[in-house]
Amino acid sequence: MSDFSEELIRPTTEDEQGEPRAPSGTGMCFPWLQKHIETIATGGKQEKDFAQTTSACLSLIQEALLKHQWQRAAEYMHSYFQILEDSDSNKRQIAPEIIWRLGSEILYYHPKSSVETFNTFADRMKNIGVMNYLKISLQHALYLLHHGMLEDANRNLSQAETWRYGEKSSSQEVLINLIQAYKGLLQYYIWSKKKMELSQLDEDDYAYNTASQNMLNHSWKTSINLCALIQIPGVWDPFVKSYVEMLEFYGDQDGAREVLTNYAYDEKFPSNPNAHIYLYNFLKREKAPREKLISVLKILYQIVPSHKLMLEFHRLLRKSENEEHHKLGLEVLFGVLDFAGCTKNITAWKYLAKYLRQTLMGSHLAWVQEEWNSRKNWWPSFHFSYFWAKSDWKEDKALACEKALVAGLLLGKGCRYFRNISKQDHQVLKKKIKQMKKSVKKYSIVNPGL
Amino acid sequence: MDLEEAKEFKDRCSQCAAVSWGLTDEGKYYCTSCHNVTERSREVINTGAIPNTKIQAINRGLKRKRKLEKGWDWYVCEGFQHILYQQAKALQTLGVGPELKNEVLHNFWKRYLQKSKQAYCKNPVYTSRRKTTVLEDNPSHSDWDSEPELLSDLSCPSFVESGAESQPDVHTQKPFPIIKASQSETASVCSGSLDGVEYSLRKEKGIVKMTVPRTLAFCYLSLLWQRETLTLADLLRFVEEEHIPYINAFQHFPEEMKLYGRDKGIFAIESWPNYEDIYKKIIEVATFLDLPRFPDITEDCYLHPNILCMKYLMEVNLPDEMHDLTCHVVKVTGMGEVDFLTFDPIAKKGKTVKYDVQAVAVIVVVLKLLFLLDDNLEWSLSNIAEKYNEKNEEDKPWFDFRKWYQVMKTAVDEKKQKWEEARAKYLWKSEKPLYHSAIDRSVVYKRREMVVSLQKQFSTLVGSTPTVEKQSPSSFQFSWTEEGSDRTCFHGHSLQGVLKQKGQSLMTKNSLYWLSTQKFCKSYCKHVTTYEESNFSLSYQFILNLFSFLLRIKTSLLHEEVSLIEKRLFKAKYSTTKKKSSRSRKARKC
Repeated sequence: MSDFSEELIRPTTEDEQGEPRAPSGTGMCFPWLQKHIETIATGGKQEKDFAQTTSACLSLIQEALLKHQWQRAAEYMHSYFQILEDSDSNKRQIAPEIIWRLGSEILYYHPKSSVETFNTFADRMKNIGVMNYLKISLQHALYLLHHGMLEDANRNLSQAETWRYGEKSSSQEVLINLIQAYKGLLQYYIWSKKKMELSQLDEDDYAYNTASQNMLNHSWKTSINLCALIQIPGVWDPFVKSYVEMLEFYGDQDGAREVLTNYAYDEKFPSNPNAHIYLYNFLKREKAPREKLISVLKILYQIVPSHKLMLEFHRLLRKSENEEHHKLGLEVLFGVLDFAGCTKNITAWKYLAKYLRQTLMGSHLAWVQEEWNSRKNWWPSFHFSYFWAKSDWKEDKALACEKALVAGLLLGKGCRYFRNISKQDHQVLKKKIKQMKKSVKKYSIVNPGL
Repeated sequence: MDLEEAKEFKDRCSQCAAVSWGLTDEGKYYCTSCHNVTERSREVINTGAIPNTKIQAINRGLKRKRKLEKGWDWYVCEGFQHILYQQAKALQTLGVGPELKNEVLHNFWKRYLQKSKQAYCKNPVYTSRRKTTVLEDNPSHSDWDSEPELLSDLSCPSFVESGAESQPDVHTQKPFPIIKASQSETASVCSGSLDGVEYSLRKEKGIVKMTVPRTLAFCYLSLLWQRETLTLADLLRFVEEEHIPYINAFQHFPEEMKLYGRDKGIFAIESWPNYEDIYKKIIEVATFLDLPRFPDITEDCYLHPNILCMKYLMEVNLPDEMHDLTCHVVKVTGMGEVDFLTFDPIAKKGKTVKYDVQAVAVIVVVLKLLFLLDDNLEWSLSNIAEKYNEKNEEDKPWFDFRKWYQVMKTAVDEKKQKWEEARAKYLWKSEKPLYHSAIDRSVVYKRREMVVSLQKQFSTLVGSTPTVEKQSPSSFQFSWTEEGSDRTCFHGHSLQGVLKQKGQSLMTKNSLYWLSTQKFCKSYCKHVTTYEESNFSLSYQFILNLFSFLLRIKTSLLHEEVSLIEKRLFKAKYSTTKKKSSRSRKARKC
């Protein structure tokens, strides 16, 4: 391994600088400003042609990549390597990562490239300096996985796992954990394949024992690899999922619960809806008490109020004896229907129609009004326009009926949607429409008491 | 005592610096002037045909036990001499006469060594710091002739290759690496050359220190002296196209001339030469060398504006008929006169004509006279020409500015793009990497290795066509032939559409003119004006960009030259401080 001295002296913040310059997400780009800043940065000194041509070369590579001209990109790449010899040590330091990213992209798509070429390139780049070894190893392994070469990927990860260089910086530690976790994921893959095989075997079969023993072995190794990463704050969905699956399989419910609870509730972890979903599903499997389930979904409701589990949440709340929960149940339904993606969700409308009626019957008018106040400005045109009445009726009559009932209850019988649907003449739905009219007359919040 | 055999040994005495050795009975050398006995014995030295320098190198190597590479002993000025030699040879293969290398450049270089007190003088700079100087005592002939030559004629080819003259050529006084000896122990400050460290620290007033860009100043001065058919812009373009060694010129040094440490700062170059910069250096060097008036630039010289204008008219595909007009402008402004054109470093302080820029500027002025270039008149004249050409297909076509613009625009854009791509692909680094000190040597070499192997890998992914095909050197960048449909050649087109008969003479139809600059700085800053692109018409911008790309100069430099010509052409306008756009009342005779 060749380690360049200045990198030993200054292992710096390459994460911040390593990105190849790409237009930022805002879509605003001032090339002249960039130039201006550069001249200020160099203290007004004119940059050398070397710097100028290499940066021109970089943008030509980027342009070629953007246009999928892999051969052209490779041509420029051939020249761009000289940046590794730049006399500016700052530029030289960030160069390997830029080269790795561009080069691996080119090799990934280039028609003349092969797995061997990629391997050689990756091995070479790993050993330029010390800062990129792990990152490149990991990406290399992912490339191999992508090409279905599980064993090679595994070997690669094992090599990277044992790699050490002096005092690891903290960013490197995360990388080591990540590498181990990916190894674990690979082992999980083998494990679940074995599980499949096992499920096809007879329990009395002679092979059964050895197979299950084998599985056990794998799961043990895997859990070691996975659990280190999971402790570190981050989003580790696939790792957590497979880890829990294995724990559950071997009956370690407590362990699984602990992992999931930690993943969902530890404040150091970034907010992650999946964490709560995993926990909820686990608790459901465990047949946990309703209260517990409600408390998990309450958090999910705060993060993703439009999630499909919200209807399930509503059902739980409705069944609860707690009055607060009943109120929340109404809130949740309104919340779901605030989202454009849910406007045609018949279950949600059905629930709302039924629950509105029920709530009004239970004389909780205030709850309804509270929800309605913030929505009365925009729901009529969002849900209950004339256009929707027509198209809903055409597409899904049942949905139209549910919506009409809601519209009637909230806006009174004069509202367009309600009027349009109630006017419709339909044999089967006749009874339903009649009933709807009756409910509206009785409970609509617009003309209470009438 | 065998003085005859002792002649083999040509080191200076460490006590008195004399070179006068005898052999003791034990076979060791002793100094005949101070009787100092050396540790070196004859056997080592006297190993037959091996050149002296090598033995010295071995001796020193053993003695100093340096960690760094050890090659021949050489001096920085020898390095530059080598580069100049390579450049002169390259110029010769480009078709320049052999006198340039053997006489002119050679003489300039000798003069430089003398003026900068590196050789050909009493008290050369290297020995001046010594306490005891023996040189003065020695008869001068022994100084010149019996001087052990380290590299001057072994590694560094002298300019003249014919044997008769070669011997007493470039002698650097045999210098002493006194300062170096003490410094070479601190590993961080070192150099492969003997005086690299000292050289980079040297800051003497009034001495023009040799640098790599200055080698081009020397080349240009010799070209100018010989009145060769090569302008400065051409020279620099050939450098960029690698027909003349410049970047990594040290690569061609003999294997045994090792470069590292401070040599890197002296010989490594990471930029192409820049016109204005080299121009300044030319004047600097010429003044420093105290050169006399150069040979006259007369009308039959390539550098005369009339001939250069013809050349550039052909290059940019403009009608030959325009040449009459350019000649006229040259005549009126007096720019064709010998005194104006000839370079005289002493008489005209800090000035020489930028022949190429000036010729191009004359063409720009003529274009302005004919077409005004106000984004209006040139197009309406084009309409007239187009209509005429449609009607009279048999006749000699009238010059159509619009058509010319379209042809040139595509041609230049294409060329420019190719040029930019070639620049982006340029490989700067030499095969012989340069390092600063022994510490980073292995790192630098490893890095080089890595780059080479990566390049090798990617070269298999590149198409079969070579990445950058090397163009053969030509003073023309475009070629326009009569055939070819999309690349119309305008050389034969007539200017009838834009000229009119008046009595015996022809006049431009356009009687208006606008000046590129209304005001010149009155202070001493020498600024003519700044060129703010957006203030000018698009056609003017296009033409300036076209020409400045051809010459690889900044547009502002050309604009400045145009303004200077206008100043000469419309003297009256500038003397009265009128600000309105002026009208050229003079009829241009053709």
